Amino acid sequence: MCETCGCGNADEHAVIQKPNDPNYEHKHRDHDHDHNNTIEIQTDILAKNNLLAERNRGYFSAKNITALNLVSSPGSGKTTLLEKTIKQLKSNVPINVIEGDQQTMRDAERIDKTGVPVVQVNTGTGCHLDAHMIQHAIQELDPENKSILFIENVGNLVCPALFDLGEAMKIVIISVTEGEDKPQKYPHMFDASDICIINKIDLLPYVDFDMEKCKDFALQVNHKLKFFELSAKTGEGMNHWIKWLKQKP
Amino acid sequence: MHEMSLAINIVEIACQTADQNGAVKINSIEVEVGKLAGVLEDSLSFCFKAAQNKTAAENAQLEIISIPGKGHCKTCNISFNTESFFTLCPNCKGISIEIIDGKDLKIRAINVD
Repeated sequence: MCETCGCGNADEHAVIQKPNDPNYEHKHRDHDHDHNNTIEIQTDILAKNNLLAERNRGYFSAKNITALNLVSSPGSGKTTLLEKTIKQLKSNVPINVIEGDQQTMRDAERIDKTGVPVVQVNTGTGCHLDAHMIQHAIQELDPENKSILFIENVGNLVCPALFDLGEAMKIVIISVTEGEDKPQKYPHMFDASDICIINKIDLLPYVDFDMEKCKDFALQVNHKLKFFELSAKTGEGMNHWIKWLKQKP
Repeated sequence: MHEMSLAINIVEIACQTADQNGAVKINSIEVEVGKLAGVLEDSLSFCFKAAQNKTAAENAQLEIISIPGKGHCKTCNISFNTESFFTLCPNCKGISIEIIDGKDLKIRAINVD
């Protein structure tokens, strides 16, 4: 231990000394830190993602593109909802789709059959899409002005809540088979979203799902949430959702 | 496991700042994690150990400072501490709550040689 500064082993330091120097003191030649070398940063940990997200947002704004980030747990029916939405909407508004999954092209292949441009982002082991992936995906897609871009995030009700992609809003989708307590269990996603779609309402007679309770729970987390109750499969309730989308870009 | 992405970002920002300041070794990294940021501190510490490998932050300590959550009731115009998004106003029991603090994830400072 260096006795002067307590910064490690004194043997590590060069000793600088004149012959018979009565004023000899231990000197530090090979390190000149002041032992209180703290650098203030005060930066958001997600600053890099947020910056790219804002760039994406600027691109969308300049081209009058409404980017909607669809988030949910796996199996809530995001892709089916998208397929049905595209069929009803594509004659009114140009649509582009970014599909996010850890593996496979399955969802992109399903969307491709609807006839709208789509790219698949495979995140590998990643549990969410980030703004950088979206930047590259939109370079690939080159969406037209005055259109809607649907971004189907990786099925995960936790991680995607944290990552801004530059979207106009997040839309959280839950299905009645998941139970009405989803907003209580995964509040971050409901806090981060502006719209909540409750899907598979055709199954309501067969499951113990209390619609009003679910909405109350969601509103307790985020009192500004707007709801659409629908069944992508049977088409029930889809008209309100489609009408809302038509007013978008 | 978004904590891994966060840990990688923390190490990147710290190493970049150290480099810009001519430092070669990072002793510690101080981060603020809001109670409502959706981050598990244990997971973040665990991921940090993997992320710091073979970087200038290899031996750095991660110091996590917890920032309490705070809600504001728009009806009563009062603020209160909360540990949860799932919260009612302690005064009027209403739901018109804005979370005004505790969602941030920030890297505060680094200590370097």
